[in-house]
Amino acid sequence: MTGVNDFVVKFANVNGSGSASANSFFAKALFRMGLPVSPKNIFPSNIQGLPTWFEVRISEAGHLARREGVDIMVAMNPQTYAQDVEEVVSGGYLIYDSTREREFGRDDINVLGIPIARLCAFAFDDPRHRQLFKNIVYVGALAGLVGIEISVIEQIIFEQFKRKEHLNDANLKALHIGLDYSLEKFKCPLPLRVRQSDAATGKIMISGNDAAGLGCIYAGATVAAWYPITPSTSLAEAFERYLNKYRIDECGRKLGAVVQAEDELAAVGIAIGAGWNGARAFTATSGPGISLMSEFIGLAYFAEIPVVIFNVQRGGPSTGMPTRTQQSDIIACAYASHGDTRHVLLFPSDPKECFEMAAEAFDLAERLQTPVIVMSDLDIGMNTWVVDPLEWDDSRKHDRGKVLDAEALEALKEKWGRYKDSDGDGIPYRTIPGTHPEKGAYFTRGSSHTEYASYTEDGLVNAKNLARLLRKFKTAMSMVPRPTINQRDENSKLGIIYFGGTDHAVREGLDLLERDGYRLNALRLRAFPFSPDVAAFAAAHERVFVIEQNRDGQMRSLLITEAGIQAEKLIPVLNFDGMPLSGAFVAGCIQSTIETNEHVANALRLSVRAV
Amino acid sequence: MTYMQKPKIRHPRLKKNDLGLTRRDYEGVLSTLCAGCGHDSVTAAIIEACFELQLPAHRLAKLSGIGCSSKTTAYFLSQAHGFNSLHGRMPAIATGANLANRDLIYLGVSGDGDTASIGLNQFCHAVRRRLNMVYIVENNGTYGLTKGQFSATNDKNSKSKKGGNNLFEAMDLCALAIQLKAGFVARGFSGDKAQLVPLIKSAMRYRGFALLDIISPCVTFNNHAASTKSYDYIRDHSEAVDKLDFVPAQEEITANYDEGQTVNVTMHDGSSMRLHKLETDYDPRNADEALMHIRKRYAEGEVVTGLLYVDQEEEDLHSLIETTERPLNELSMDELCPGSQPLEELNNTLR
Repeated sequence: MTGVNDFVVKFANVNGSGSASANSFFAKALFRMGLPVSPKNIFPSNIQGLPTWFEVRISEAGHLARREGVDIMVAMNPQTYAQDVEEVVSGGYLIYDSTREREFGRDDINVLGIPIARLCAFAFDDPRHRQLFKNIVYVGALAGLVGIEISVIEQIIFEQFKRKEHLNDANLKALHIGLDYSLEKFKCPLPLRVRQSDAATGKIMISGNDAAGLGCIYAGATVAAWYPITPSTSLAEAFERYLNKYRIDECGRKLGAVVQAEDELAAVGIAIGAGWNGARAFTATSGPGISLMSEFIGLAYFAEIPVVIFNVQRGGPSTGMPTRTQQSDIIACAYASHGDTRHVLLFPSDPKECFEMAAEAFDLAERLQTPVIVMSDLDIGMNTWVVDPLEWDDSRKHDRGKVLDAEALEALKEKWGRYKDSDGDGIPYRTIPGTHPEKGAYFTRGSSHTEYASYTEDGLVNAKNLARLLRKFKTAMSMVPRPTINQRDENSKLGIIYFGGTDHAVREGLDLLERDGYRLNALRLRAFPFSPDVAAFAAAHERVFVIEQNRDGQMRSLLITEAGIQAEKLIPVLNFDGMPLSGAFVAGCIQSTIETNEHVANALRLSVRAV
Repeated sequence: MTYMQKPKIRHPRLKKNDLGLTRRDYEGVLSTLCAGCGHDSVTAAIIEACFELQLPAHRLAKLSGIGCSSKTTAYFLSQAHGFNSLHGRMPAIATGANLANRDLIYLGVSGDGDTASIGLNQFCHAVRRRLNMVYIVENNGTYGLTKGQFSATNDKNSKSKKGGNNLFEAMDLCALAIQLKAGFVARGFSGDKAQLVPLIKSAMRYRGFALLDIISPCVTFNNHAASTKSYDYIRDHSEAVDKLDFVPAQEEITANYDEGQTVNVTMHDGSSMRLHKLETDYDPRNADEALMHIRKRYAEGEVVTGLLYVDQEEEDLHSLIETTERPLNELSMDELCPGSQPLEELNNTLR
């Protein structure tokens, strides 16, 4: 347990009880006091009645990964008392509704009973309000206990309910009931408390799906087709919201189209049809959707049609854990569809990068004329993150790739071939339907074709085309975002390769390891195909830990196959329980491997000798 | 072979339309279908319709799925972009293409397997969305490319070439489309070009979803005596509900028909269809009557052809979801990207 501006609060609620917004007020208030916070919503695949949790880590040092162990537990769900009480660290606090008093069997924690139901019963007449405002009462009580400036929460409530005055008043009433009770009954503030800080000054709070939807607007996407699936739904909804905000013409009509399709097959098909016809188009989905889309992804690969797919990954296989996070679609996406296919993948690490990679993805898809899959996950997509403000460079040009317009078609000297590699980079020139009365028409097909897009059953011609597609994929290597390298010690022979939303956990893990005397370098992958930097990083280290959230070490397999790194060099560090990773998990796994694995110990000795 | 170009030999006296194009200019590569295939007659009718409508071919996009029928989009309008997509997935491609550019004509060619089985879901939803396209089903009741299995439109108890009995109910795509509120629903017969060409022309001028279910016998696998989708059966059992003339907007509409037997249907672009009714009580503007008529005739073993239903309230996906009048694929990135200033304002709301 830690102290000022550094602790974890967890709320245990029943879903559908209105707790989500109250809990988010709490997190937002801390953020407004200048503190980095990382709210994690741990929710069931259900609408009403099942347990749900909301966990907020406050870290002035800026550690935004999950931290195991709870310092203050707000236990509002009797169904889960037993497990919730167990999670509280020794010396921590348990807040519960003491309208009905009870014992929790732990004498190493502080139990703070607040008769929340009784307070609400006195204060509100409407039975619905008596239930709903219980959530705000505990937020008020917490504000007193940890020392949140109450005016900050009042302002957040005001912003939320400015159009509904009666709700604003009722919320404020409930807030003060809780606050007054804690100030009167407990010694406030607790040793776990907050102080105004500037650690989060200038930053914003946004979810990855919101940022990605906005990124599609900035990228100039005009067609979105999707099918509802957790955890990607809010991405398409964000796009539609921003479309209505930023893209309305003088007649009140939209500069863009959003279609909720009949299934994922149609969703990606619509995006591909639009991409073929010259619009920037995308779909957003999760693992089961990727399985359904695979046939179409293969078509877009082979017929060379730009399309962007957001895969907000969740727990698999099959229906799996729809409301938990994983990075377990790596192989399924890298090689989606039958036959020899491979696809460009981007790996954002937080909402800010979701925004940037959304924009990047459309340029890449059009430059390469191929599907680009943005590999987000539930933790990045649905949780709200504290990140630097989003930025857009107005001088940035959208790169539409090799498209021949009517003028270019007129100026052509040689016969144009839709699948002809004129530039040696594997990327042919395309035309958009309706461009020219006599030139540039061709027949798009998923069957084997010649350079001129006509059908062929000549095996050699087809093989030549497949080889060109591979050449194009090599070209992609130089276009995709390069990895970021955290070089902590140039003599260290131990490295980490990781990607996506585990960034904060890995960085904290590196700090924890260094504290214990182990200095490791780290490389964060940002795209597939892998840049040559990846193989070079592996070559510079004796042993490399590959950290990923799946059972089978999918990224490790891809590194072995596609970056040519020897298998024995890559040590898997795997987590697949569906929860966001913690720094302690990363450090713990690596440390125990260092202590038990002879090869790793050797690598460590080599590092020391080099020093 | 599908990839053989037709030699471009032009007879100097070939008739030209106002664009200076001959029928030959609307052709595609040589057909590789079996000689006598109904689909080739449909292709010929499409070519004739486009020639007569004076369509600039590049302003039309040809879309198809997989199967014998879907191959035919290569056999006409070589100056138009074509997209031979996945089995049963042409409606999704058509939807996306149409959203990207509302100004082109979208002509989808599908078959009964492609539409009534693997693609039934997408077909239904394209109808529901009132996608502005012409959707032609070349309906032969059989899977030709895989050598003669029954399709979902094959009549119950109809026999296969090998003598097998179809155990399952037939699906009537026209009835289905009417139920799902398609704007324009017609049935034709590949062997009746006189009826087919005006139907295709009208469908192309209609704004909204236009279905043309064309009975197109498979000479190889489903043209035997016991088949209900054979040339002989259809010739003997088809009943035309109306005779259709199509009058383009740019031409004067001349009165040359009997008032008492004619319904005039005006299209959104000002052109009109004249329906010469054979049955005095048949009105294609009434969906319930249309459904009833199809069912009654079907019970008697008859196949009703002609314009079965038309909704004069022309409406399409773009008007429903309120997209801009301009093609989305022509909007400049400057118009689409809000720029840095709004982003800064947005950042402020996220603090």
